[in-house]
Amino acid sequence: MVDDRTREAAFALHRFGLGPRSGSIAAIASDPRGALLAELERPGIGTINNPDLLTSAQASRAGFEAQAARQAKNVLAQRAQKEAERLAAEERQGMSEEAGKMAEPAKPAAAPQVDPAATPERQNFLKEVRARLDAALLPEIGFAERLVWFWSNHFCISRDVVPNMAGGYEREAIRPHILGRFADMLLAVEGHPAMLVYLNNQVSIGPNSVAGINRTRGLNENLAREILELHTLGVRTGYSQTDVFNFAKVLTGWTILPPVDNPEHGAEFVFNARMHEPGPQEVIDKTYPDTGVEQGRAVLADVARNPATATHIATKLARHFAADDPPPALVERLAKTFRDTDGDLKEVTKTLVVSPEPWSSPRDKLKRPSEWAIALSRAVGGRGDPQRFVNGQRALGEPLWQPPAPQGFADTEGAWIDGVGARLDIANNVAQRVAGRVDPGEVLADALGPLASAETRAAVALAETRQQGLVLALMAPEFQRR
Amino acid sequence: MPALLSSTRRDFLIGSGALFAWAHTPRLARAEGRDPRVLVVVLRGALDGLAVAAPVGDPDWVKLRGDRALVLDGKPPALPLDSFFALNPAMPNLHRLYQAQQATIVHASATPYRDRSHFDGQDVLESGFSKPGSYDSGWLNRALSRLEADGRVNPRGSRAFAVGPVTPLVVRGPAPLMTWMPRQPLPASEDTQARLLDLYVHTDPKLARALEGREDLVALARDGGMDAKPAGAQNPALVGIARVREYAAEVVGSAARYLAQPDGPRVGALSFTGWDTHINEGAASGALAGLLGVLDGAIAAFERNMGAAWSETVVVLITEFGRTARINGTDGTDHGTGTVALLAGGALRGGRVIADWPGLKDTNLYENRDLAATTDLRAVLKGVLKDHLRLDDTVLGNSVFPGSADIKPMPGLLA
Repeated sequence: MVDDRTREAAFALHRFGLGPRSGSIAAIASDPRGALLAELERPGIGTINNPDLLTSAQASRAGFEAQAARQAKNVLAQRAQKEAERLAAEERQGMSEEAGKMAEPAKPAAAPQVDPAATPERQNFLKEVRARLDAALLPEIGFAERLVWFWSNHFCISRDVVPNMAGGYEREAIRPHILGRFADMLLAVEGHPAMLVYLNNQVSIGPNSVAGINRTRGLNENLAREILELHTLGVRTGYSQTDVFNFAKVLTGWTILPPVDNPEHGAEFVFNARMHEPGPQEVIDKTYPDTGVEQGRAVLADVARNPATATHIATKLARHFAADDPPPALVERLAKTFRDTDGDLKEVTKTLVVSPEPWSSPRDKLKRPSEWAIALSRAVGGRGDPQRFVNGQRALGEPLWQPPAPQGFADTEGAWIDGVGARLDIANNVAQRVAGRVDPGEVLADALGPLASAETRAAVALAETRQQGLVLALMAPEFQRR
Repeated sequence: MPALLSSTRRDFLIGSGALFAWAHTPRLARAEGRDPRVLVVVLRGALDGLAVAAPVGDPDWVKLRGDRALVLDGKPPALPLDSFFALNPAMPNLHRLYQAQQATIVHASATPYRDRSHFDGQDVLESGFSKPGSYDSGWLNRALSRLEADGRVNPRGSRAFAVGPVTPLVVRGPAPLMTWMPRQPLPASEDTQARLLDLYVHTDPKLARALEGREDLVALARDGGMDAKPAGAQNPALVGIARVREYAAEVVGSAARYLAQPDGPRVGALSFTGWDTHINEGAASGALAGLLGVLDGAIAAFERNMGAAWSETVVVLITEFGRTARINGTDGTDHGTGTVALLAGGALRGGRVIADWPGLKDTNLYENRDLAATTDLRAVLKGVLKDHLRLDDTVLGNSVFPGSADIKPMPGLLA
């Protein structure tokens, strides 16, 4: 008879963590709940302190510098080519006709070929990916990292729009706050240059501001709408088009310093009073006097503690950690903690761990591609290759920091289950690489322990090759679900 | 700071591309000697209908959009459709089809959704329900599941068909899915797939269904003499929008090759993202013009690869809602209401812009900001499903678009 604690440990590692590594199940089997709570108390948990990584503003400036340097190189190459053509033409004129025919035409100077993999931008990106992979692969459980992923997806930005800031954004605006106050994370996110650019607020100008009067540009509603709809209250929770419009006016002036020609502070946040719409604004039944940047902070503080926000966040957390159809009792319990503690996310997270529903809901939540891919690396003892990970996530439809829209990647089975064929291809590739050093039966025992069904054990045991056995273990339903 | 905002839009555009198909021949259509095909293209992000088909004959048009208005003497000039509307110059293929009576534009149309959330709007658009909510099936899937079939075209059975690993709502539902991924890595052996499928069948039917779908598609491609791994090879010499154009044409063109096969699927769906033009919209020669050009190229690739079957095809292009009638403060447009639905295909009685034009004066605009919606998009979709696939009014009003019995199918769309 299998020890219940061992089963619970394996369950917790998949549902709350990033999947077991070799020995993880035994390591937490004496007290799985206690181990989850203990991870939250580790000093600096969730953060990445790596002095090699650039801040988002530094990375943005470096990207602009590198681009400008490449452009200059191109200009030089074009000039050199023109000069060579001119010289060749002169030479041909000076020769006899016959000799001229034999002369080689001027070779076009090869335009400097830029290998996209070698650009400083790409190198920075891969360093960020390396750091993120380490944060996911090294901890025994990975509960805090799952919270980072959850919040990063909730407050997502896209590399399509802010190509160089994504890693820095997550480290600066998300990680420090996953166990802090929701209001603080909200403020860090909405005032972050990456978010301001992603949702167009950096160019939104109050029509009656000094800049608005002097220039032809004006308001852009995008950020204000998504804050209310996606980040805080949730869609259809009672706010109106007028609230969106007025909130957009409140947020005018929240912008960034131009990234070029400012080597110290370019691409950092700045409140530009010249762009800010003057006057009081009414947002969701409350009038906010014009206190400059404080006006926006005041609205954010109020929407953060709006009960609709508590319910919205509670619903998403319950969906992520318990079931696609979130258990109502769990949602209400999480929302109550959120309301009672003024959005203390550590308390909300603890409520999640000590509630019965995440432990009792059927183990059929389909892992997202990223969760599955990291669990796979942890199971086979891989260190993770940034380039390969990035390519894999793209093939699986969840490219890192590149969701298709501001609502982030979907968190329900329907969106992902038809990608199982793509997962099979990736499992097959990984298995091919590691079959020489990894035993399928051991992987099955390490990664699933008592969760593996008799059918899965038999299929792995009867596999024709180690590679095939590994594929079956990593593709087993128990490993696809959590 | 344009460089900060610039993007190749490569994956942006086809981020959630998916394709859906059904391998039955509709019995009633078959009895008439027809073998109809349908492709539904969902344009996510809210397409600016006024930038696709501009009401150049409306005296308020230029007043509304100023120098951002598409006009017949613009640079480049808009392509005339009739005495009132003109097409975006980035869409010469659609214009050619229109002139050949193979394209129809329905203007000032919208779903019943009247708020401005993309995600709620897409849920209504794709689910076919009249209100946003949490739905697990789309109208296209339900339409097919209610269609009487004249036996299986393909012995492998009826299947939805999806490109890419993310499945859009419009294709979800009772019919199982076939999936096809462009640029696949090295596939697992057939033996490994068979063993995994056997494991799934005994332990997890949902995963089994998903995996089976992909296997059937591979087999279909093989049986039909197609390349089982459609080339996703990108030409590295192409950059930016040219590369997107090539990729989109390839994806859509591949879909056509499946739909064109005599025993292949008959109905598909596909989605493109990237239409959320809040900033520097560039309808005539900027970003939006580039994307519309990609779409236009994809339509042409689809037409080409359908071959003779194009004459029995209808392509439906729809979006969750329109955009503000006026240009916003950042040279773009914010979320709005009325927009266009585009139809293309050899089976159409085309060459028409269908619109109960609401006008563009301040008082005509919905909430004094959006093009008003005067045509319910469901009427258009019902018109196609009824006259092309022969679904009856009751099924359309009850199960395909629940609670829409009072929205009559638009007549006369088909030739």
